[in-house]
Amino acid sequence: MNSTEDKSISEKLICYHCGDECPDDKIHIDDKIFCCNGCKSVFSILNNNDMCTYYSISDAPGITKKEENKRNYDFLDDPDIKTKFIDFSDDKISKAIFSIPQMHCSSCIWILENLNRLDNNILSSQVNFLQKSLSVTYNNNSSLKKIVTILDSIGYEPLLNLEEKRDSKNSNELRKLYYKIGIAGFCFGNIMMLSFPEYLSISPQDSAGLDTLFNYLNILLSIPVFFYSGSDYLVSAYKSLKNKIVNIDVPIALGIIVLFIRSLVEIIFFSNAGYLDSMTGLVFFLLLGKLFQTKTYDALNFERNYKSYFPLGITIRRNNNETTIPVEKIEIGDRLIIRNGELIPVDSVLIKGSGTIDYSFVTGEALPINKEQGDIIYAGGKQTGGAIEIESIKEISQSYLTRLWNNKIFSKQKEMNSISLANQISKYFTFIVLGLALISSGIWMFYDTNTAMNVFTAILIVACPCALALSTPFTSGNALRIMGRNNFYLRNVDLIEELTKITDIVFDKTGTLTISGRADIKYFGMELTPKKKFLIKSAVRNSTHPLSKMIFDYIESDYTITEKFDEIAGEGIYSEINGSIIKIGSLHLVDKERFEFSGDNTVVHCSINSEYIGKFIINNYYRDNLSDLAKELKNKYSIHVLSGDNKSEEENLKKFFGSESTYLFDQSPQDKLDYIAALQNADKKVLMMGDGLNDAGALRQSDIGISISEDKSNFSPSCDGILEAKSFDLFMKFLNFALYSKKIIIASFIISFVYNFFGLYFAISGNLTPILAAILMPISSISIVIFTTTGTNLYAKKRGLI
Amino acid sequence: MSVIIVLIGFSLLVAIIFLILFIRAVRSGQFDDKYTPSIRILFDDESKKEKDKKHGSS
Repeated sequence: MNSTEDKSISEKLICYHCGDECPDDKIHIDDKIFCCNGCKSVFSILNNNDMCTYYSISDAPGITKKEENKRNYDFLDDPDIKTKFIDFSDDKISKAIFSIPQMHCSSCIWILENLNRLDNNILSSQVNFLQKSLSVTYNNNSSLKKIVTILDSIGYEPLLNLEEKRDSKNSNELRKLYYKIGIAGFCFGNIMMLSFPEYLSISPQDSAGLDTLFNYLNILLSIPVFFYSGSDYLVSAYKSLKNKIVNIDVPIALGIIVLFIRSLVEIIFFSNAGYLDSMTGLVFFLLLGKLFQTKTYDALNFERNYKSYFPLGITIRRNNNETTIPVEKIEIGDRLIIRNGELIPVDSVLIKGSGTIDYSFVTGEALPINKEQGDIIYAGGKQTGGAIEIESIKEISQSYLTRLWNNKIFSKQKEMNSISLANQISKYFTFIVLGLALISSGIWMFYDTNTAMNVFTAILIVACPCALALSTPFTSGNALRIMGRNNFYLRNVDLIEELTKITDIVFDKTGTLTISGRADIKYFGMELTPKKKFLIKSAVRNSTHPLSKMIFDYIESDYTITEKFDEIAGEGIYSEINGSIIKIGSLHLVDKERFEFSGDNTVVHCSINSEYIGKFIINNYYRDNLSDLAKELKNKYSIHVLSGDNKSEEENLKKFFGSESTYLFDQSPQDKLDYIAALQNADKKVLMMGDGLNDAGALRQSDIGISISEDKSNFSPSCDGILEAKSFDLFMKFLNFALYSKKIIIASFIISFVYNFFGLYFAISGNLTPILAAILMPISSISIVIFTTTGTNLYAKKRGLI
Repeated sequence: MSVIIVLIGFSLLVAIIFLILFIRAVRSGQFDDKYTPSIRILFDDESKKEKDKKHGSS
């Protein structure tokens, strides 16, 4: 607590609530300074409810509430919408589950789990931090709307989307795996214990019949392992054989079955010890491998479609009353009110206000488009600037944005068509082992029929590819984790192997190679004196146009607030400050007599008191480190850049990727998708990296679609991996890491073959005792696990990834 | 040697109790979220104290 106060006293003023820098100390309560009224109001709510513990758990934990407009949540009273959030409801209590991406620290958990202090109708609230979800149980005096309003008032507005799938299936699967591991581990441990007399070679005479009892107990214990824990492998092997494919589960299932049956035969008919310890151990280790493989990023959603982008509720005007309704219930002819930053959900006509629509999300064009009254606005754009009123002309399902998703690529499940290395090898492996078993038992037939049977089963037991099956999950699983720690999140472990097969990399430009909302500004013209800077900065301050904001950030100066201000859509701004007339914008507005070819760059001209001052040339701002990354990438892969923008950036792009790469401009989402499909038809393996909705089709079509995101809790379209922008420069390292992981997998295959070779020696000579099998099997598995994890960790350490 | 039979039975019983406890833990959702409880435990005490205070005053 002290440290926050110290900070606010020292030279920078830091908001007590959110930790942002404050412009001045005008907004305060006692000695606590806030950056905005939003933060202050959250603090006073918490203060009044005796909840200031929030601030003592972490420093300045709050979420800034710069946008102060009170949202209207009337649409949450709609019964159809309610069912999306309410998990359980009876006549007294209800339980709702929300997704709250803003939660980031222990203070957030504390406040969200103490919601009952803000409203005593809330009975309990529980956070799942990794899934960023909150489940609230409340009695029915409260309502969904009230709870969302409370959450919004303290800065934790839940994600209210048309479609945000909650996967409860996933957690059930995981629970099942835990049961299976628990049972397999329990049986494995006890069977080992009961096999001790065998390990110590105590003769049956000394054990006084206990050995028989122990053996039968072993059978009892192994039954649940065989039929429950190991059932996945048996079922999977059966299914793949039915499809005439031999995958890795086939030799495993073969091994498990042979171990089990041979053990039963040994124990029941020959009163010998069986191999049940090996069998249960095998299943136990395999399941552990599976658990390691199931690393998923719960908070991330890789399956988003356009519906996730839509707000749930929309403000409409009916009979001069403003109310909110669910987006799905918009009818043709409804008057919608769209505020700054809100998405336009349906194709409509602009009725009131001036639209500055940002379509970067849909088309990839960096600059917003001006719309006049009467213009048609397509769905998917975001309004920037003041509120506008529009009238819908189509239903939501018929809109432009929705039609994008009617492409058949979205209706079919994306499947891995390539076979993993382990599965490829296991095909040959199975036939070789079976052949070997037949030949050697055939030879033994001439000498001893009993031994022949023993040899046949012993070979199948020893050759059971436990190590082979473990190497991929442990190597890839570990690689996935290390990449995740470096902010590169892949959907599943199979993708690590897929990454090694990539031949072509396709980039989107806007938002992927460049940073949206940032620009590289150059100024040409008369020297900017402090006074001129002051005037220009003050003039652009009033405008919400992105270019104005860029110039505002670019000029370092004080500024003032002026009332004499006019924004002429599509032209620029006109402003009067301290008697000077400032015009900023197109050449047409600024200086009609002057004509100059402006090239393809975005140019903003500027004049003060009718005197032409100069121009700002605004180029895209490329990501830092792009040039290093581009140099490495283009040596190894063919690079393609697809942009929804015009050609103006071609020269700049060539500086990064050279002239040998392909550049295509004015690409529609469909063009991008078709381009990738064409590459794939030429037998290329394509990795696509993009960001917005406009790349969604291409990301889906590509072999690996990676979406780049400034913040992982942001929306990203459906994809295979999410790369956080701050780790963009590490991308080549990730690709190399994947290649290295593949080498580790191959090396561990070789190790497991060596073990098999030794085992086969004993098996073929007829000397495989249960104890030998029980030693060999865990040793080979454990050494593979150690080898793969240390191998990947060492590499990652050397490359600075951990 | 018959004591061993009793001991084995007993040890299996103990192991089975642990197995049942484990299954119950999984079923009640303890393994669904392995992160949040580790933070929750750090401030549980403090909020209880305040609740007690509230109860005391009212």
